[in-house]
Amino acid sequence: MANDQRPDQQVPQKPAPHPGRRLDEPTGVHTVGHEWDGIEELDNPMPRWWLWTLYATIIWAVAYVIAYPAWPLLEKGTEGVLGWSSRGQLAEEMAAETSRRSPILEAIAMTPLERLPENSELMAQAVAGGAAAFRVHCVQCHGANAAGFEGFPNLTDDEWLWGGDLRAIEFTLAKGVRHPGNDETRQSLMPAYGASGILDRGQIDQVTAHVLSLTGRGPANAAGAELYANNCAVCHGADGGGLRQFGTPSLNDAVWLYGDSPAAIRQQIYQPRHGVMPAWEDRLDQATIRMLAAYVHSLGGGEDFVEVAADPAVQVDEQP
Amino acid sequence: MTDTKKEALSGHKRLERNVTLLGAAALVTVAIGGIVEIAPLFWIDNTIEPVDGMRPYTPLEQAGRDIYVREGCYNCHSQMIRPFRDEVERYGHYSLAAESMYDHPFQWGSKRTGPDLARVGGRYSDAWHVQHLINPQSVVPESVMPTYGFLADTPLDFEYIADNLVALSRVGVPYSDADIEQARQDVLGQADPDVPAGDLLDRYPGAQVRDFDGDPETITEMDALVAYLQVLGTMVDVNAAAAQEVLAGERGR
Repeated sequence: MANDQRPDQQVPQKPAPHPGRRLDEPTGVHTVGHEWDGIEELDNPMPRWWLWTLYATIIWAVAYVIAYPAWPLLEKGTEGVLGWSSRGQLAEEMAAETSRRSPILEAIAMTPLERLPENSELMAQAVAGGAAAFRVHCVQCHGANAAGFEGFPNLTDDEWLWGGDLRAIEFTLAKGVRHPGNDETRQSLMPAYGASGILDRGQIDQVTAHVLSLTGRGPANAAGAELYANNCAVCHGADGGGLRQFGTPSLNDAVWLYGDSPAAIRQQIYQPRHGVMPAWEDRLDQATIRMLAAYVHSLGGGEDFVEVAADPAVQVDEQP
Repeated sequence: MTDTKKEALSGHKRLERNVTLLGAAALVTVAIGGIVEIAPLFWIDNTIEPVDGMRPYTPLEQAGRDIYVREGCYNCHSQMIRPFRDEVERYGHYSLAAESMYDHPFQWGSKRTGPDLARVGGRYSDAWHVQHLINPQSVVPESVMPTYGFLADTPLDFEYIADNLVALSRVGVPYSDADIEQARQDVLGQADPDVPAGDLLDRYPGAQVRDFDGDPETITEMDALVAYLQVLGTMVDVNAAAAQEVLAGERGR
């Protein structure tokens, strides 16, 4: 192993540090001395740019360890002279964003909702902010296009269970519908006419036929009309127009929350389903709720106020 | 001659030619990295934040968690809100290590085909969850989530839930003897409206007691999974002013 230089090899002036190291004549560079099946390697120096990059990364690493959190020690990690932390950076970003938004949000929170549409610029900002908040908090039930699903109301039409002006929408958003734990939540409960035995099956069929006749989908029947007048008209209205006071849906148009088939209507009379909407005032600030109200109002079915509150004392009371 | 001989036997050459030695040396080298980077996490104080409110899962929630793992929900849903503005604005306060300290294994995940679920608790109604699990597209038309309607038809098998808690207590989850003894009763107490909850709420503060899947007759896998989803991210009040102050002042992270 020690003396394996081939006799025909040119021994350079300086003794080679490795056995087998020799000068490669065509390139004028020494080989490193390894040889596998006749394959040898030239001992070229590393490219200068590569070496400098290596040194730069070493310097970078040292600087980074000094500047940023790095080494975990006995009780906690090193903190770095810059005092940076990912959570601190987030807190700064959020604070900067809050202060950027706050003039608009404050203006929206201070403006009486009735007066918001008069300020078209502020209204446009409220609608844009509401659209963003809607995508985060509302689309799961009402759909990305706000058209709703079975059991979750469509917000783009002009059928409103609880009212479609800005203040009514804001109230529904803030207090929710049948939301447990909120004292002011929109509350209504249709009796289970079949399940609790108020009407028998035959009577429910008659009422169903009458409800269908309200939209011209069947002949009028006197027995159903009488049952309707005695049981249903007080909430749904004599003509089936619904009553917003109780959040009762109208029965004389094409909008049906739980389906418009005779079977679906019969089911709803027998054992009604009742939707629940969360009270968002526990989770969102007032400005966001107002922006959501403005957005939903802008979707197509928004209604004007019947009367604008004239008494300034009322408005002061409404402000945060 | 003697120089080259020494060299041949010395250090690197020997390592290169002896695969056992090379393997041992590689192990030592990698272990140094592990000791420096991983080991301190077991003793430094701020690995797991001191927080109020964390408690082990109730047996029903734990059963739901097992279903979550069994169905591979982690393949599409993470449970880890990172401290970035976009995530915090969408999902809520960033996750704390303490919030998964009783998770074995944790469900942080690394893939978000669906949204992060770390704070999904209380965000939707039980009815929404049930409808969404039975037919996701009925409420989110663009969703690619599979249907899990069978969960509502499958009675929950919780005969051995106590053994499950024993196993967890052996890896450090502080279940008391009473928790383990009453595990089966606790499942009934939490999900069956006809069974009194007993002292469930004393042992598991803030647990939600109700029928979760809209079918009070049977305790189904749907009950367990919805109970688990509804507790996610709700135990610690991270938005409390005191909590915020502590977190913002933390360094070295």
